[in-house]
Amino acid sequence: MRRPQRLSFIYLSLFVALLLTVMPMPQLVKLARPDWALLVLMYWAMALPQRVGVLTAFFTGFVVDVLVGTVLGVNALAFSVVIFVVAQHHLKMRNFSVIQQALLLGMLLALYQLLLFWLSHFLTGVYFRPQYLWPVLTGMLVWPWLFWLLRRYRRQLKIQ
Amino acid sequence: MNQNYSRGPSLTLRLFIAVVFSAGLMFLDRYTDSSTQLRSYLTAAASPLFYVASLPETLFSGASEQFMSQQTVLDENSRLKDTLLQQSGQLQLLRFLQQENEKLRALLGSGAGVTDSFLAAEVLAVYSHPFSHQVVLNKGSSSGVTEQQPLIDELGVVGQVVSVGPNSSRALLISDNTHALAVRAERTGVRAIVEGLGQWDLLRVMHLPHSTDIREGDRLLTSGLDGRFPEGYPVAKVVRISQDASQPFMVVYAEPYAQLDRIRHVLLLSGRTAVKEDTPAPEQP
Repeated sequence: MRRPQRLSFIYLSLFVALLLTVMPMPQLVKLARPDWALLVLMYWAMALPQRVGVLTAFFTGFVVDVLVGTVLGVNALAFSVVIFVVAQHHLKMRNFSVIQQALLLGMLLALYQLLLFWLSHFLTGVYFRPQYLWPVLTGMLVWPWLFWLLRRYRRQLKIQ
Repeated sequence: MNQNYSRGPSLTLRLFIAVVFSAGLMFLDRYTDSSTQLRSYLTAAASPLFYVASLPETLFSGASEQFMSQQTVLDENSRLKDTLLQQSGQLQLLRFLQQENEKLRALLGSGAGVTDSFLAAEVLAVYSHPFSHQVVLNKGSSSGVTEQQPLIDELGVVGQVVSVGPNSSRALLISDNTHALAVRAERTGVRAIVEGLGQWDLLRVMHLPHSTDIREGDRLLTSGLDGRFPEGYPVAKVVRISQDASQPFMVVYAEPYAQLDRIRHVLLLSGRTAVKEDTPAPEQP
């Protein structure tokens, strides 16, 4: 078992993702904002599943709940479930090409939006609108670049 | 790779723990009263993050203000003075009209006129998720804020307070997916209900029969019939009407007057609403 190294850099990347989640944006961009925190968590769960797992996802999701104002625990639950799937299949997913990964992650992002909507509908009675699915598409488009960036980040800083 | 999981509980158990904790949080937040307090602490704890996230925008607008030439500032100053003069002139007339109105009301023997008092509050944080359009205000129960208090800005109705902490409170905006309020069209007096869609710039006018007289550009004002919002404040302007005979009602969209996506300061209305509190409210937020 390797000793953990420079774990704080993982949390730094999550912090930046959270900043991007709440950064003020024009309305048009806002609706299509990718779920940065979830994408970054997915990368780490795939690359270092022994460091970033369901519980990290839970806490990040909780912070997202506090930041964006959804019912507390909704994002925490959705994040945990999605990261559980990623962590369980990380060996398979690592072998895919980036495009295949993006397609697969698109399905997971859709699962996240579905869970989020379903829980919010159950708790506060929101209605579904197709525009809510834009982040799935933008998330898939962003993934190859994010993957490349985070891999460089991990290798340069030798995060283990 | 399996030895990676040798420490600590298994992945499934971790998921189970996370699900149980999330369910507990959801219950706590939705069905108990302690959540307002908890929320205000959490928001206060997270406020540095909001601050850092809005830093680029603040820097940008700050820089553009810095580089504004003196001439521009002078121009703006004279324009503002002009506006002030005009508005105080109108205000004098308004005072007179108010007095006259009260006298007439007294003659008619109807209830006393509505006197609203305002409390200015600053917006600490804006929640921007499509499922939740809410703002956190810097005034709480220590400043006399109560639940269900309506919020306006200089252009129109903004929303209502839904939960109050000691020094902060949370307000639901009219654009929230779960918000609705009673309105009346200014031109015709048609009553309707305006619902939020989870979009900053669009509201939906509900349950209008096909024969209703409503046009694009009609001003919608609060009717006061919901027992929450006092009568007569501007809410939205009708922007789009589509008449589809296969639908039971007209599909009417309206644009809110208040700049919901860029509110900084709001006014909390207190005082008596036009309708007594025992009137059943048509919609719970």
